[in-house]
Amino acid sequence: MNSVYLDHAATTPILADALSAFTSQASKLGNPSSLHTQGRATRKDLEDARESIAKAAGCLSSEIIFTASGTEANNIALKGLFWLGRKSGRNIVVISAIEHHAILDPAKWLLEHEGAEVIELPVTAAGVLDLKFLSELIAKRGDEIAVISVMHSNNETGVLQPIAEVVKLAGDIPVHSDAVQSFGKVTLNYKELGLFAMTLSAHKIGGPLGIGVLILRRAVEIPALLHGGGQEREIRSGTLNAPAIVAFAAAVSAKSYDATNIAKLRDDFAQKVVAQIPDAFVNGADVDRLPGIVNITFPRTESDTLLLLLDGEKVSCSTGSACSAGVHRPSHVLMAMGHDDISAQSSLRFSFGPSNTAAEVDYVLSVLPGVIQRGRAAVAS
Amino acid sequence: MSGGVDSAVAAARAVEAGHDVIGVHLALAANPQKYRSGARGCCTIEDSHDARRAADVIGIPFYIWDMAQEFHDGVVENFLSEYSAGRTPNPCLRCNEKIKFAAVLDRARAMGFDGVVTGHYANTRESENGKTLHRAVDHSKDQSYVLAVLTREQIDGAIFPLGDTEKIDIRKEAEARGLAVAQKPDSHDICFVPSGDNASWLHDRLGSEVGPIVDQDGKKIGEHKGAYTYTIGQRKGLGLTVPTADGSPRFVLKIEPVTNTVVVGSREELAISKIWGERAIWCGPDVTDAKKRGFVQIRAHGSALDCTYYFDGSNLIAELDEPLLGLATGQAMVIYDGDRVVGSATICQTE
Repeated sequence: MNSVYLDHAATTPILADALSAFTSQASKLGNPSSLHTQGRATRKDLEDARESIAKAAGCLSSEIIFTASGTEANNIALKGLFWLGRKSGRNIVVISAIEHHAILDPAKWLLEHEGAEVIELPVTAAGVLDLKFLSELIAKRGDEIAVISVMHSNNETGVLQPIAEVVKLAGDIPVHSDAVQSFGKVTLNYKELGLFAMTLSAHKIGGPLGIGVLILRRAVEIPALLHGGGQEREIRSGTLNAPAIVAFAAAVSAKSYDATNIAKLRDDFAQKVVAQIPDAFVNGADVDRLPGIVNITFPRTESDTLLLLLDGEKVSCSTGSACSAGVHRPSHVLMAMGHDDISAQSSLRFSFGPSNTAAEVDYVLSVLPGVIQRGRAAVAS
Repeated sequence: MSGGVDSAVAAARAVEAGHDVIGVHLALAANPQKYRSGARGCCTIEDSHDARRAADVIGIPFYIWDMAQEFHDGVVENFLSEYSAGRTPNPCLRCNEKIKFAAVLDRARAMGFDGVVTGHYANTRESENGKTLHRAVDHSKDQSYVLAVLTREQIDGAIFPLGDTEKIDIRKEAEARGLAVAQKPDSHDICFVPSGDNASWLHDRLGSEVGPIVDQDGKKIGEHKGAYTYTIGQRKGLGLTVPTADGSPRFVLKIEPVTNTVVVGSREELAISKIWGERAIWCGPDVTDAKKRGFVQIRAHGSALDCTYYFDGSNLIAELDEPLLGLATGQAMVIYDGDRVVGSATICQTE
């Protein structure tokens, strides 16, 4: 067996259509902001791409702001909407406790440098946002909240979040959602959700690295983080990355993600793992999740040891949580779901993609018991 | 793989010897600094990047193992408690004993690996008594002293590929292998004291309780600001104003933590001719009560002193041919038979 890649939530192979769109666009001359023939030709390709991404995401093409990453889009949204709200005396940033660091860290920055009050929304043991907490918070302090940001689905557990309900509770408070894991995998429509802002990323769906999207309600003006040519609504400056944008659109249009089959493969894997390792359990097992992600706790192990041993068996997965200098820290997501330090460091994320096969699942299942056994011996030593 | 040149070349040599190798960087500080400052400290984020880069160039998998808790409990805490008990510990020995060839080796073995390769300058040899530990070819870089706390079983699991080479050639080899760390400065001092200023680091953690400086008869002749900032044999910085009868200099003879007293006396009183060590560890065959000739070393880069050594059933004892000036309890005494490490013990008494 060649290596088995089960880390598609980190990044997934670029699709053939996206790669050829990228290379063909990269060989074309023209800055899309130039007014001459070559510039206009590139602009045409770029705006075609913008329209097809907008259509797939359920927004207007004028609501799309291209960025260099999902992280950048999240930063623009959270900081920008906070500053916008502060103009009318709103000083609270509300985020969920299970956000990716691309939201957690900008929120922390606003707390430390801008005097924001940051409130984290708790989640249930299954990893779903606690709507009751949010509803009470809004009832009490709604007129102080500048922005609410809740991810559409969690990157570690795959658990889908009740965004439509959040938007309903929020009323006229702007709601942003980081949807990088959901886009292209489950039904996702910006307009239908009633969101104020939403983040997408190309490389999670077979597009290239280095291109993200912030969808921001039209006519909303927020302060920029980068200042320069003002290319994207004066909110984001920098020469537009036409090859990556065109390739992003190609990945969106390819519709290569067979959610039913991927979910079947994932469920089959999870079921057999739990049968093999009786005390292992799936985090968020009984709630709606993305098709490709399963997060499994293996008691009496350390996930970085398991990762190393699986890597040695040519199986690539993830501890799912943040790294600081490569040092594994307990997952804040699992901690928010009620895990303690120890069990939060005993969990692995396996994320499936279009390229995975049943034979690969069988192979992983054949090496896993030995890995868990050695992993447990290493903890006991 | 610390991120330095030695462990990088050791890893490359281990791969060439045909072993199936993975690179491991130990994260020993809970909140590592971003950058190294000069030759001091290690385990910064920059060091871990250097280690990763070396592993990638060599072509081996690379992982970071978080041993910050083990290091804090086993090495840093011990360093503090030894100092506050008036002894002078060597944390590098302790780290080899408790972390590199214990926690790391145990974890590696449990995971299915056979041993730990490090960039220490030392040699091992197969003998009829099993694997034995020896000095490196490059005596100026020899690190067998800090490895002398390893038991026979730990030595069995240890591989030191650099023991046969001079340091200068290791740097050349790193250069030839395309390792960017070839000219990286060596680390010195104690890695968890990034400022290099042990006294003020200890002062921040142990406080400074003023106490008496007394002579051999117990007569108070001065005051000190924290007994642990003194070392046995120290002459300067005592701040004594009462001169001796004959005007001869005074030296620190003893540190008594219970009474927070520093005892000073003459050079002659500092001379040591017999050393007792507790918690003896044998790196080869057991030492018995039969007196043997050999060498004793009491500092990492100290000289090997001619001695007669034996084990009295509870202590390792060395009788020196020539007296030695200034020796602190808590240091390790390491016995050599030629270039072979016989064993080590923690100095608990001197005469």
